[in-house]
Amino acid sequence: MDILAYLKGFYERYASPFEMAKDGIMGMNQRNVNYIGRYNKRSLFPLVDNKLLTKQIALKNHVKTPDLIGSIQNQPEVNNVLNIIGNHTEFCIKPAHGSGGKGILVIKDKSKTTGNFIKSSGQEITLHELKRHITNILAGLFSLGGKQDVALIEDLIHFDNVFSGYSYDGVPDTRVIVFQGFPVMCMMRLSTSASDGKANLHQGAVGVGICVRTGRAVRAVQHNEPITIHPDTDKVLSELRVPHWREVLELAASCYDMSGLGYIGTDIVLDRDKGPMLLELNARPGLAIQICNNAGLLPRLRLIEAMTKKHRLSIEQRVAFSMQHFGVFNE
Amino acid sequence: MVSRGLFYFVTAILFLAGILLIGYQRVTFDIPFVPSDERQIWTVEARVEFEPKDNAATEVVLALPAVQPGFTQLEQTTASLGYGVNYVKKDGSNFVEWTKRNPQGLQIVYYRADILVDKSATASSMIVPALVQSTEPEPYATAMAEIARVATSRSSGPYSFATQVIHELNQESELTSLLFSKYKRSELLTNILQVGKVHARTVGVLELKDGRRNQKLHNYVAVFNGSEYKIFNPTTGKTGLEQDQMIWNDNGNSLLDISGGHNALVRFTTINHPVSAVEAGERKANIDIAAGEELVPFSLSALPLDEQSLFKGLLLLPIGVVIVVFLRVIVGIKTSGTFMPVLIAMSFLETSLWFGLIGFVSIVGVGLIVRSWLSRLNLLLVARISAVIITVIGLIGFISFFTFKIGLTEGVKITFFPMIILSWTIERMSILWEEEGYKEVLKQGGGSLFVAVVAYLSMSSVFIQHFTYNFLGLQLILLSLVLIMGNYTGFRLSELKRFKPLANQINLYQNGDEKIHESVRLKDELNALKSDPHNVYRKWKNEAQESIDNSKDHQ
Repeated sequence: MDILAYLKGFYERYASPFEMAKDGIMGMNQRNVNYIGRYNKRSLFPLVDNKLLTKQIALKNHVKTPDLIGSIQNQPEVNNVLNIIGNHTEFCIKPAHGSGGKGILVIKDKSKTTGNFIKSSGQEITLHELKRHITNILAGLFSLGGKQDVALIEDLIHFDNVFSGYSYDGVPDTRVIVFQGFPVMCMMRLSTSASDGKANLHQGAVGVGICVRTGRAVRAVQHNEPITIHPDTDKVLSELRVPHWREVLELAASCYDMSGLGYIGTDIVLDRDKGPMLLELNARPGLAIQICNNAGLLPRLRLIEAMTKKHRLSIEQRVAFSMQHFGVFNE
Repeated sequence: MVSRGLFYFVTAILFLAGILLIGYQRVTFDIPFVPSDERQIWTVEARVEFEPKDNAATEVVLALPAVQPGFTQLEQTTASLGYGVNYVKKDGSNFVEWTKRNPQGLQIVYYRADILVDKSATASSMIVPALVQSTEPEPYATAMAEIARVATSRSSGPYSFATQVIHELNQESELTSLLFSKYKRSELLTNILQVGKVHARTVGVLELKDGRRNQKLHNYVAVFNGSEYKIFNPTTGKTGLEQDQMIWNDNGNSLLDISGGHNALVRFTTINHPVSAVEAGERKANIDIAAGEELVPFSLSALPLDEQSLFKGLLLLPIGVVIVVFLRVIVGIKTSGTFMPVLIAMSFLETSLWFGLIGFVSIVGVGLIVRSWLSRLNLLLVARISAVIITVIGLIGFISFFTFKIGLTEGVKITFFPMIILSWTIERMSILWEEEGYKEVLKQGGGSLFVAVVAYLSMSSVFIQHFTYNFLGLQLILLSLVLIMGNYTGFRLSELKRFKPLANQINLYQNGDEKIHESVRLKDELNALKSDPHNVYRKWKNEAQESIDNSKDHQ
């Protein structure tokens, strides 16, 4: 009887793989072999892993992204930083290979009295400290595996206020999975105090699935369980709606044409003045988006695989197709 | 993209080749699948003792063990001071010939052979003897003919004839007592069989008993039916030989011929050595190679001993690698560093498991503390790793010194840990700690240790060590397994747990305004598209275009 009880417990803790396959839930092996391995050419990965390259091809292809003020490749150039910054008073400095928002320095003004830079927190830092930060970036302090890195200086994004209160810290970005140029599934990750201000779902950030047709929140989950209000700000999550939704999707879809990668995650932010902008690309987007949307990725991916066998559609047509077929809200 | 068909074809070829190679080695070299399998090797020594005649050259010819089913002779040597030794083959039998010009005093020469008990041996050097006209003097010839006549009338073939003759000889009668007064039993039996036109011959049989000395050969009779034969015990009439009986001289020749000597005596000593079947197989194969047969060894025993032990370790690695692939791809255990667990498991093989585990945890633990201090110094990567490497070496040195001093010699073996790998593990875990928190470190560290322990348990198994070392075909099978697992697109065990809430909720709730489940709706749409690709595609494209136009109108 112990064995029976154990098997029953097993059944309660583990899902049936056949049921999961029926629901079209995608697993890690499936993603790696059939989507990343098949549609993402290895030689194109650096375009995505290096933010400087991403930005350069985005600018070349007229994909909206924060303007690149300049980049610093090596130590001697650090002294040249004032010339690169020029008249800009608002900018941010980030490592090209950084991850999880590490090493990003946001400068929002220049003090008129002392000539120091003013950080977004209001703290002042001297030119010397700014150079030291860039040196740290170049030495690989913030990059994955500590490899030598390049520092980017780019225009500051003025975040749209529509999302205020939805995030514990910082401003959330929208993740759109784009397959063969079709937006497939979307979500937002909202940081919480439990996640220590980070947007990592397994650390306790809230994931909100976004309807592809309308940009409305489908549902929100924290720690795999559905929730209705943000645990820190008490905002009602079902009221979340991303504005300029068609533009957001078209920007995401255009990333396929620009990068040549068939299966990517695009992170998009909304600028108050300039609208949706591409923040970064990810060639290995995670699978938690399925949990946020309460839907499997595979049915959507398979429909697109069948669609793209012979034909090519324009960006607008692809977005319209996705909106018609992958939405959950009518309005 | 390589086509799937070709991929499966290559994988199947690799798998089959592996199986065939294993089969080849199993059959040709008789290597058993299970290491505990033992074979018996008998060392048989014949001791020939004689007194030489004065001033005469001596020649001693000793018949050598017959080639026979059930036994394979491995090696033979002689020990004989000052004798010329020559192996000769005559009439299908082998002999050793000792020669010396002028021996003085009692002479002793030895012949020694290693003989493997080998069920697969079927060859026989026995040749069918010719029928000879009986030249026995009267009245013995008549007595023999009488016994033969009685036996013939009661028998149907050569074997039953022989049985009947033995039966007759065992009767107390005038005939038998007359015959036994002149003939030895086996000689008599052979003669009567010849009279009855049955091919037969006396053979010398040695009893194989461990540690038995001063043995003589026993005479048995081989009775032929065509080219087949059976061995008869001339006293009891029992046919066949026991497992521990070996035919020594089988072609009717004398065991020992000596010229230039007298009072000769042959005595046998038999000693048993159990050897591993692998060794037996190798020694057997060596004989075949020496005999000029072309055998591809596919075995590492041809290498020098040092390289052999190196390969023994190397050939175990694929086992660990397959386990890592299985646990990562099918089960979904997170490890820090892909193959770090295998290397750790290799070092567990050198230390013991518990000591290895304690050593690993303490080195990584202390390393993490040192590393967290180093990270505050803002060092460059290479310098940081180097500092960690030096710390790890210092730690290992300290642990081995300390444990040795308190009397745990085991501790010295901790130097087998791969230091560079450990340093990188510490570096990676430290970054993980900073980026993802200690939980992730514990998860990946625990996962790595679990994989290492599983890999260790399988690599330390005597059976697996035996199999990987002796059957190189296994490597091909492992390769094909890895290829197949690399192509696995199903769920990992860990994902069944991860997506359990999702699977439940997909079934419980419908999203937004949906009336039917999305997976069902999209499946229908996919089928519609596949059944009529052109029109459905055209329709969907037009719908998309319409919605674009509509949204533009709104603006």
